Amino acid sequence: MPALLFLAQTLRIAIPYLFAAAGGVVTERAGLIGLTLEGYMLGGAFAAALGSYYGHSAWFGVFAGVLGGVLLGLVYGVSAIRFRADQVVVGIAINLLAIGLTRFFLRLAFGSSSNSPRVPGFGGEQSGTGLAALAANPMIWLGIIAIPAVGWMLYRTPFGLRVRAVGEHPAAATSVGISVSRVRYAAAILSGALAGLGGVYLVLDQHQFTDQMTAGRGFIALAATIFGRWDPSRVGLACLLFAAAEALQIQLQGAQLVPSQFVEMIPYLLTIVALAGVVGRAVAPASLGKVSE
Amino acid sequence: MTMTSPELSQNPKDTAGAGRTISRATASAHLREALLPSLIALLVAAIVGDILIVVFGQSPGAVYRLLIEGTWGNSYGFGQVLYKATTLTFTGLAIAFALRAGLFNIGAESQLAAGGFMAAIVGLVLPAGLPWIVMLPIYLAAAAFGGGIVGWIAGELKARFGAHEVITTIMLNFIVLALLSYLTSAHLKVPETLHTVEIHSGALPRLSDFIPAFHGSAANLVMVIAILACVAAWWYLFRTRRGFELRAVGLQPEAAEYGGVRPGVVWTRAMTISGAIAGLGGLNFVLGYKHYYEEGFAGGAGFLGIAVALVGGTHPLGVALAALLFATISQGGLAVNALVPKQFVEVLQAVVIIAVAVSVPEVRRILRAQRRTE
Repeated sequence: MPALLFLAQTLRIAIPYLFAAAGGVVTERAGLIGLTLEGYMLGGAFAAALGSYYGHSAWFGVFAGVLGGVLLGLVYGVSAIRFRADQVVVGIAINLLAIGLTRFFLRLAFGSSSNSPRVPGFGGEQSGTGLAALAANPMIWLGIIAIPAVGWMLYRTPFGLRVRAVGEHPAAATSVGISVSRVRYAAAILSGALAGLGGVYLVLDQHQFTDQMTAGRGFIALAATIFGRWDPSRVGLACLLFAAAEALQIQLQGAQLVPSQFVEMIPYLLTIVALAGVVGRAVAPASLGKVSE
Repeated sequence: MTMTSPELSQNPKDTAGAGRTISRATASAHLREALLPSLIALLVAAIVGDILIVVFGQSPGAVYRLLIEGTWGNSYGFGQVLYKATTLTFTGLAIAFALRAGLFNIGAESQLAAGGFMAAIVGLVLPAGLPWIVMLPIYLAAAAFGGGIVGWIAGELKARFGAHEVITTIMLNFIVLALLSYLTSAHLKVPETLHTVEIHSGALPRLSDFIPAFHGSAANLVMVIAILACVAAWWYLFRTRRGFELRAVGLQPEAAEYGGVRPGVVWTRAMTISGAIAGLGGLNFVLGYKHYYEEGFAGGAGFLGIAVALVGGTHPLGVALAALLFATISQGGLAVNALVPKQFVEVLQAVVIIAVAVSVPEVRRILRAQRRTE
């Protein structure tokens, strides 16, 4: 059943994008640039490996991974909110920090410069590729609901209203008694947790952490956030679209129709096209990247 | 959305160069404002470094001694520092140049790779046996073109469509690197490797050809081109009309426009030149070291260039010094690998960037408050 296999493969590829892009929507809608998603994912992945290995349980890995993402989110939050540091600079640095820290502690904890030992994951020893194996993995279900949950939070809860207010018009938010800093801290922490879960999924799915295993997925999630115009449902569709392109490329590998490098380019090209406004302009939250005075 | 805060593009030398009427007291206050964040950042990095070293069960003194001995303490290590500093000078200068126009060029990584790729292509196409005096200008033009065209795309996207350069340059990094990977692997590479065949002529001598002590290190004469590029960038920024316009747009695009400067034109020009500078950095590997293009040779120098540009205060002289500093840290990681994982220097580099970004606005605020009370 190639159609079902294709669907399963798309979903597997999409889950980390969905987690990280959910974090991307939260952070960018609050006015904090999402350049840090890649770092959150990598930090979450490594922390998940530590937690799962030493805690002997996948759920412990999930908990540790969330914590790892949150810690990096706090570093970003404190730098960008408390100290008003430039978000682009700190964002890039957080990614470098995540790479450096995970490599250093990989050597320290596991004595290896390439990968961790095998860690417990979900769904027993055999991780299948079919839909049934996917359904048995709770991380898949969490990933599927991540974006709808963020959408509900943004449009149906008081906190979501505050996030949107702070992102669009911080001065107006302040004037009605909302603490801009507090909302942004919450957004940084939440996006760290969500993107961290993306990393957790990778580690528990592959049963180990490998050096730089996120391989740019955080940037694809950022691309999806922008291409989806910061709207949760569109962002979710963008993640599925990018994942489907990759799955298709894997299915067609034997046919050599299109070189894999050109498939890799798709998310980035589409994002540039969206930013250039060829088909309807993507307009960012008004206060994105601006320092609040 | 303006993501570049003004303090990044602002520098004391700005006003000093434009006005010249500035008092000595203000100039020294400006200098303090520029130097303090870098010094604070180094201090913070040293503390974090100590912690990591102790966590790994080593003594910081021994590690730092080994780091200095392995870099500035012997000619091979120093040669490697010079080699790495050369590439970082180009990428740091490229990013600093764009920052002066208020633009954040995150694309130096792919511009560097594209510059090296174009140089290697030229080296494959042109006949063997041409003297380097003929070849060098062609190589310079090819590398500058390779990086410049990537910068130009980002500049045009910003000027024409308002697409933010931070996002477009990040996306262009992935697109360009994938394209180069395709061209190399599908058409140009030597089988079983990731690199092209060697260029036919025009390779530049290594330092070890003049000073045998440098034997084995990759340091080469492209270093001289890096220094010349710094001088040229300084001249352009602070001694020409276009440089003045560029800095004016960087400080206040609306005001510059009111003064008759078209920001869009300046943005495209600045990004193109910035990309070209980063592209020239590719010569260090292709012309000076390996004499071929290899996938992945940029190796993060484009991102480290951001640190170099910031620590160097976005001034060409500061950039060259900061490049030496970061090259020392990079090479130092290899030197201390026997005691602590070399990856600890990657953490230090990231910490330096965060600490600079955090302390620039903080130092500015404190110093200005002080001045007000005086």
